[in-house]
Amino acid sequence: MTRVHDMGGRFGDGPVVPDAEGAPVFATEWHGRALAVTLAAGALGQWNIDVSRHTRELLSPKDYMRFSYYEKWISGLADLLVQTGVLTREDFEAAGAGETHPLADKKLKAEAVAGALAKGGPADRPSDVPVSFETGQAVRTLQISGNRLVEGGHTRLPIYAAGAKGHILKLHGTHVLPDSSAHGLGEAPEPLYAVVFPASELWADPEHPGDEVVLDLWQSYLEAV
Amino acid sequence: MPHDHSDHPHALLPPDPALRVKALETILTRKGLIDPATLDEIIDIYQNKIGPQNGARVVAKAWSDPAFKARLLADATAVVADLGYFGRQGEHMVVVENTPEQHNMVVCTLCSCYPWPLLGIPPGWYKSDAYRARAVREPRKVLADFGVTLSDESSVRVWDSTAEVRYLILPMRPAGTEGLSEEELAELVTRDSMIGTGLPKVPS
Repeated sequence: MTRVHDMGGRFGDGPVVPDAEGAPVFATEWHGRALAVTLAAGALGQWNIDVSRHTRELLSPKDYMRFSYYEKWISGLADLLVQTGVLTREDFEAAGAGETHPLADKKLKAEAVAGALAKGGPADRPSDVPVSFETGQAVRTLQISGNRLVEGGHTRLPIYAAGAKGHILKLHGTHVLPDSSAHGLGEAPEPLYAVVFPASELWADPEHPGDEVVLDLWQSYLEAV
Repeated sequence: MPHDHSDHPHALLPPDPALRVKALETILTRKGLIDPATLDEIIDIYQNKIGPQNGARVVAKAWSDPAFKARLLADATAVVADLGYFGRQGEHMVVVENTPEQHNMVVCTLCSCYPWPLLGIPPGWYKSDAYRARAVREPRKVLADFGVTLSDESSVRVWDSTAEVRYLILPMRPAGTEGLSEEELAELVTRDSMIGTGLPKVPS
């Protein structure tokens, strides 16, 4: 049940190479363009953030590892446009020639950008799912990390934290469940918690006895201990 | 449904990434789905208007005003929204405070979640495989890559941003900053100090 993006705790990646505080936001011109095309296409409203994340995760491991960050974005976007029927393979081959698209009236206009970015897309929703855990309560994550609705589907419980025992730090409210939302199965909102784990629950050789890792986890990822 | 196939549509675009972006922009523009002026505006906003200077103002205010700090730690989303910092990738904000006993660090091991309205677009290292892989398992060794050493008494709490909640670190106010204005304090707050991989500057 692994996918290449789920890399927390992995060995072998070498040093982190910091860049200067004042380094350019976009290292090259096309990085900014890749981000902007992705955001502008997202404004057409044909997918949500969970669908979009999952599409990047579906890049083959070989592509995911060799692509730079914004290459993943732009390749994910191309796949998403075809997967959602916004574009066809023929559109790619014809470089977009032909009639104006039926979704053209949803095009994000330059003067609407600041407002759209400022509005954002909150993920909290009312939910009928009762809150099962209280702050301080001991919980354990599912022993096997993986989407329970769709085999190989999107999930946000990293493998390194599967089967780990921690306790509830905070209830964030009720949020859209990515495992459902990424697959067109509805938003299925449920309680979302910050859960704190001792590093010794996660790693064979933690650096310090007091170290901890906090993850934001949905109620259905957790069971009472 | 997950489609695990080898004929991804992206393979129809030119392999060079700059050309691949250009091809996609051209197709979408010709179809009337995007406007190049809109792209310019998005780039301008994240290059020039939304960046770590926003978060630095919040930190400096928290250092200067205990009542503000208490509200910020209790309900960051509403408090930073009052200062005008809300929106995409910052809809649900939590601020956590460093203390002599506990240092905090933020990562997203699954992708690159980051508080855009307060810090802008994440730097390259934050999105790198090395940071995503290592920050949760060996935070001190990662801090060493940034030239930061913690005291032996300090534990580390790493926040893995696995949902739509975004985290900002409130670093400790440096010694010798008594009497500085909020504007002067904001100058000491670095981007990395708000991610937890750096410390604020000390006044010269």
